[in-house]
Amino acid sequence: MAQSTTLDKTTCYHCGDDCVAGCYSSAEKDFCCSGCKGVYEVLSRNSLCSYYNYNDHPGTSRQTINKRFDYLSEPTIVSELIDYTDSEKTIVTFYIPQIHCSSCLWLLEKLNQINPAIHYCRVDFLKKQLNIRFDHQQLSLQGLVELLDRIGYEPLISLQDIIKKQNAEPKDNLVLKIAVAGFCFGNVMLLSFPEYFGMGATEQSFRHFFGWLNILFSLPVVFYSGNGYFISAWQNLRNRVLHIDFPLALGIAVLFIRTVAEIITRSGAGFADTLCGLVFFLLVGKLVQQKTYHHLSFERDYRSFFPVAVTIIDGQSERIVPLSALNTGHRMVIRHQEIIPADAILLKGEALIDFSFVTGEAIPVNKTLGEIIYAGGRQMGQAIELEVVKPVSQSYLTQLWNNEAFTGKQDNRLQTFSERVSKYFIVILLVIAFAALLYWLPADPKRGLAAFTAMLIIACPCALALSTPFTMAAALSIFDRNGFYLKNTAVVEQMADIDTIVLDKTGTITDGDKNNLTLNAVLTREQEQLVYSTCMNSGHPLSRLICSYLGSQNRLELTHYIETPGGGISAGIGQYHMRIGSGKFVIGSREDPAHTTQVHLMVDEKYLGYFSFLQHYREGLEQIVGLKTEYRLHLLSGDGDYEKNALLSYFQDATQMHFNRSPQQKLDFVRALQLKGNKVMMMGDGLNDSGALKQSDLGIAVTDNVNNFSPACDAILDGSSFAKLPAFLRFSKATVRIIHCSFMISLVYNLLGLSYAVTGKLSPLMAAVLMPVSTVTIILFTSLATRLAAKRRKLL
Amino acid sequence: MNILYLLIGCSIVLALAFLTAFIWAQKSGQHDDLHTPAIRMLLDEELEEEEER
Repeated sequence: MAQSTTLDKTTCYHCGDDCVAGCYSSAEKDFCCSGCKGVYEVLSRNSLCSYYNYNDHPGTSRQTINKRFDYLSEPTIVSELIDYTDSEKTIVTFYIPQIHCSSCLWLLEKLNQINPAIHYCRVDFLKKQLNIRFDHQQLSLQGLVELLDRIGYEPLISLQDIIKKQNAEPKDNLVLKIAVAGFCFGNVMLLSFPEYFGMGATEQSFRHFFGWLNILFSLPVVFYSGNGYFISAWQNLRNRVLHIDFPLALGIAVLFIRTVAEIITRSGAGFADTLCGLVFFLLVGKLVQQKTYHHLSFERDYRSFFPVAVTIIDGQSERIVPLSALNTGHRMVIRHQEIIPADAILLKGEALIDFSFVTGEAIPVNKTLGEIIYAGGRQMGQAIELEVVKPVSQSYLTQLWNNEAFTGKQDNRLQTFSERVSKYFIVILLVIAFAALLYWLPADPKRGLAAFTAMLIIACPCALALSTPFTMAAALSIFDRNGFYLKNTAVVEQMADIDTIVLDKTGTITDGDKNNLTLNAVLTREQEQLVYSTCMNSGHPLSRLICSYLGSQNRLELTHYIETPGGGISAGIGQYHMRIGSGKFVIGSREDPAHTTQVHLMVDEKYLGYFSFLQHYREGLEQIVGLKTEYRLHLLSGDGDYEKNALLSYFQDATQMHFNRSPQQKLDFVRALQLKGNKVMMMGDGLNDSGALKQSDLGIAVTDNVNNFSPACDAILDGSSFAKLPAFLRFSKATVRIIHCSFMISLVYNLLGLSYAVTGKLSPLMAAVLMPVSTVTIILFTSLATRLAAKRRKLL
Repeated sequence: MNILYLLIGCSIVLALAFLTAFIWAQKSGQHDDLHTPAIRMLLDEELEEEEER
């Protein structure tokens, strides 16, 4: 801390933000806000200050206001949140996005020091979950959440988590299957070695003993570990599609039957180790493909953004109802920073609504009494009362989710490369196998059968089945190292096929709130007042920015006021005549096409100067716009076109930019592009882009904090990696090329094996060597080639 | 050489014991969270107890 005292500005002891010394201080430590100070005081009272020893500034900024958790006293909501309860204790699991360091872990597992009613706390760091067991007779759920909030770890409680919990998927037992297959593989290999090295005549009794043991070990591999392939192959046959699982299941079955037959008839050693190895490697490939990001959700919709419950006025008293019970006619109270959950009419109070998440509009909007306010807006300021006019699911915003893009099980996803190839593979394989069978059958039926089964064994596309999962898994880990999180491996192939990119504006290509306004004029105090009073009457975002720039001024009475859309304002105040607006509107000249938007000021025909707005676009927008030689680009914005000029310098073509689009229109725009045969990648950030993200072939949500809300999508892109998007696109194409190459390699192995198998003389040793060698080659090739491709594109 | 029957039997029983142990660990959720215990073990307990005393 000696360092920070030498600086003029000190940093908050709790969260590390810059702060002014002496403003909020406690025990000679400075804090940025009362929230951070409050957390420190709670911790020091409970002698939990070791929290600050593990990391510097472990806390997160606490400048948000006090939240209300009254709704947690409602029994129906409580019962939906908790995992388990009996007469003594309750167990609950919270999702806490703030968990980020060892201090968090330490503190959250020491909660019983603050309140002894908490018996047990366990943090799951990657999932950012906290499991708590507490005595509900001494501490209510509401009290518990308030305690967590007080120490800076407010749980995220949303409707969707409740629903998600209800249809939690059954636990996958893939790991167990691999364990069993691996166990059997190892033992079978050990028991097969004597056979390969040759056994003397005196050791013949061991041969049968080993053979029977091998059969015993193959049983769990085929019927437990490998059963998924049989089920999948059977389903594929019934649906009349050929999938790679079919030849795999065929290979496993033939291997098993031939092994059993050879050992029972004592005609050979069988292929038990090839069989166990095959199933083991296949399952490992499956596991590798199942990469999951525990801290990310790709399926969120409006429910995880909306509150769980809302306060309504029932006669004279206030009560809390769950959102599902909210009906038209209900009169609800929305307080500061709360979200309006349903379309409603404003009845009382001054509404200043922040629609940034719904429309992409960055600046709060004033609403007057009697006006309909759409759901999704966040109230800023005093409490307001509204009457619900539409139920939650029918609101302007939420009805987007009733669209067929969400309800129908649309299948606009592309067939993966392996799906397309395996069809031909199976047909060719079966043709050759039957040809060999027919060729040998008249002369030597035994040899024909041997050749037939050998073909199916050797051609079992193990390496083929592994090339996609291993390449994709390597690609995925490279993407996530660069702040790009893909929902699953299939997304990489979709990404390689994209030919059209649609960008949302606010939040996606613009960078947070870094709206910079500079005044290129010297205004007297009176002139400032005049400009302020004029702009206060306008709903235009630029006017509101100017008002907030000038700060609160005395508002003067206007004598007349005319606003020309796309032009500016002409107004009269007392004896003054004001003209504020674009260069063309105010002085009749064209605006200079720099990266700025300008608002010129004129009072009584005297030119005062202008405000210039420098829009901050994300770093790397140039590179993305530079993609237009390879991709078609479109800009889709919910905003008005007041940034058109600034964007024109990037996009150059006004026909690529589309403004004033509603969420539904965005979806329709993407669909129209798809109907023209384009493969569309949509990049968006807010709920307003949800429809378009869902409809597109590849929806990417751009977010500055991956733990924050992001709409349902195929991939989540960290805002700081925005500039790497062109590299990502090229890398995805390289990945697909690598898959093609590895297919070729595995085909070479197959052909090599087939040339032996056709003659019917396939030795067990040959199969036992060929299978692992081809598998290892594929794994090595794919992971090395992927790393190399990533290095070349500077992603590693 | 007949001792091989016994030895192989023993080795398989031993291996089965390990497999059972793994299955038990997996089913009882010991592999559910592999990250948090790694951090937890770095946190000191003593410091805390001294303060309490």
